[in-house]
Amino acid sequence: MPQLTRKGVRIDDSFAEAFPMAGTGLVITAPNRKWALTAAQVMTGYATSVIGCDCEAGVDCELSPKETPDGRPGVRVLAFGFSPKAVEKALVNRVGQCLLTCPGTAVFSAMEGDLKIKVGDSMRQFGDRWQISKALDGKRYWRVPVMDGEFLVEGQVGLVKKCVGGGNLLVMGEDWESTMRATEAAVAAIGEVADAITPFPGGIVRSGSKVGSKYKGMNASTNDAYCPTLKGVTNSALDPDIGCVLEIVIDGLTDAVVADAMRAGIKAIVTIGPKEGAKRIGAGNYGGKLGPFHYHLKDLLP
Amino acid sequence: MKPLLFTLRHAPTQRLDLSPLTPDRLIGRALKETEAIEIGTTEVAIKVGDLFKLRSGDPRALHFEGGSEHFDFLGQKLLPGFSIHVEGDVGFGLARNATGGRITVAGDAGPFAASGMSGGHVAIEGDAGDFLCGPLAGEIAGMSGGRVIVRGNVGARAGDRLRRGVVVIEGDAGADFGARAIAGTIILNGKAEGRIGYLNRRASLVLAHSVDFGPTYVDCGAHNFAFAKLFARALADDSRRAARLLSQRLQRYAGDTAVYGKGEILTPA
Repeated sequence: MPQLTRKGVRIDDSFAEAFPMAGTGLVITAPNRKWALTAAQVMTGYATSVIGCDCEAGVDCELSPKETPDGRPGVRVLAFGFSPKAVEKALVNRVGQCLLTCPGTAVFSAMEGDLKIKVGDSMRQFGDRWQISKALDGKRYWRVPVMDGEFLVEGQVGLVKKCVGGGNLLVMGEDWESTMRATEAAVAAIGEVADAITPFPGGIVRSGSKVGSKYKGMNASTNDAYCPTLKGVTNSALDPDIGCVLEIVIDGLTDAVVADAMRAGIKAIVTIGPKEGAKRIGAGNYGGKLGPFHYHLKDLLP
Repeated sequence: MKPLLFTLRHAPTQRLDLSPLTPDRLIGRALKETEAIEIGTTEVAIKVGDLFKLRSGDPRALHFEGGSEHFDFLGQKLLPGFSIHVEGDVGFGLARNATGGRITVAGDAGPFAASGMSGGHVAIEGDAGDFLCGPLAGEIAGMSGGRVIVRGNVGARAGDRLRRGVVVIEGDAGADFGARAIAGTIILNGKAEGRIGYLNRRASLVLAHSVDFGPTYVDCGAHNFAFAKLFARALADDSRRAARLLSQRLQRYAGDTAVYGKGEILTPA
């Protein structure tokens, strides 16, 4: 594959192929940072990929008390799905099981969006007619009595129809430690980009997949071209000096945000350099025929 | 662009119906046409030009230099995006049935201010009369949305049959504060008298001073309410005193259990 080089890091002349998704977001607040983070972590759990989860979700950023609607510490989380209906179902389930149950939390919409999802309006009935509606500045909030006081939840949450899911970077290095060092730096840099999340564990996925399988009924299987232990026996995409590949998958509210996130990630990897970090950066695509969003690495270089 | 200015020439001798003087009704009119609008309510005809000296300006924002307790129905049916400022007093029915916009009154307002209002922002720097946000006779509900801030005192029956919206009163309230309220939120920094929250169905009455609310309000303990903190943040620009009150730990009295009983009175714990 033709390659460019930045500070000794080889960069494939390739592109990441991404897909349209529907996205939404919540601001979760709690009496202290610990419980705001706990609520956000639980709410965004088991939400790595829509292949097997109801949505892709992650923490966008922490919010100081000055930045939240109720003046308490908060966390902004984003969730993405294939369709508005799928996101709505996932969000209502997750708010019901993870945030209604979490001590001290309150839930607010993080965006105006194109559509509205009934979150509090669906959850209010848990109050068994003891719930109280409060309208403020054109928005409705529900106060649902619970055992630690009240669960405050906004009636409707905004949903953006045209988001982007599946922006990605393949980080390739000599061994697990150096590759992880570079990938963690990239995830940290992407974390600074607003409106984008990296939904996999710690923002990193090791089990990149290809379409199809030798087994019947499996739609996806391991991406053997990028498995270092198969370098000699398969049609490998890896160079001899590559011993580990980690992928960062990025979902964002807009096309530009995903590009910014990839740009930040590449810059962080290049800054560390090939000796301490990754030797090569690639991107995953399906030939450009499946997804409408293409992020060419050569356009995102520092 | 400067606002369309109405300077009062002399104190009116009769009650005036100022409902025609809202921005949406004045846009596209020449000054002479505006001056010809009839605003009198007796057999003695009074036109705008007889009482006000007009200076041209942006009709989306009206500025009244000088006011009177005879200025009735000012800002009636005001629409979103428009504003009215009065450097003086106003009379009966300020912002009556307004659906949006902003009204600021530097002086006092008469009875039934914000009556039937469903949206918008009304700030009264002085006192307000009886039935603030209340319904006129025969109407089912009072104010059904928007925000009203009164820096001074209010008369009797403030928030009568309030349906929705937020009312902040920084001064004292007259008799039967929050009586018959259907829903909504009223915050009172001063003192109240009479039957507070009498027959309140679902409204939240936040009072800076606790008194005996009678046997039909039931003590539910002291709590930190997330909704109160949300309201404190939202109201901080309008009233720091209200924001401070809402930021505290609040004692909840549920009631009025003589009726629906889903309402509450909240006071600092």
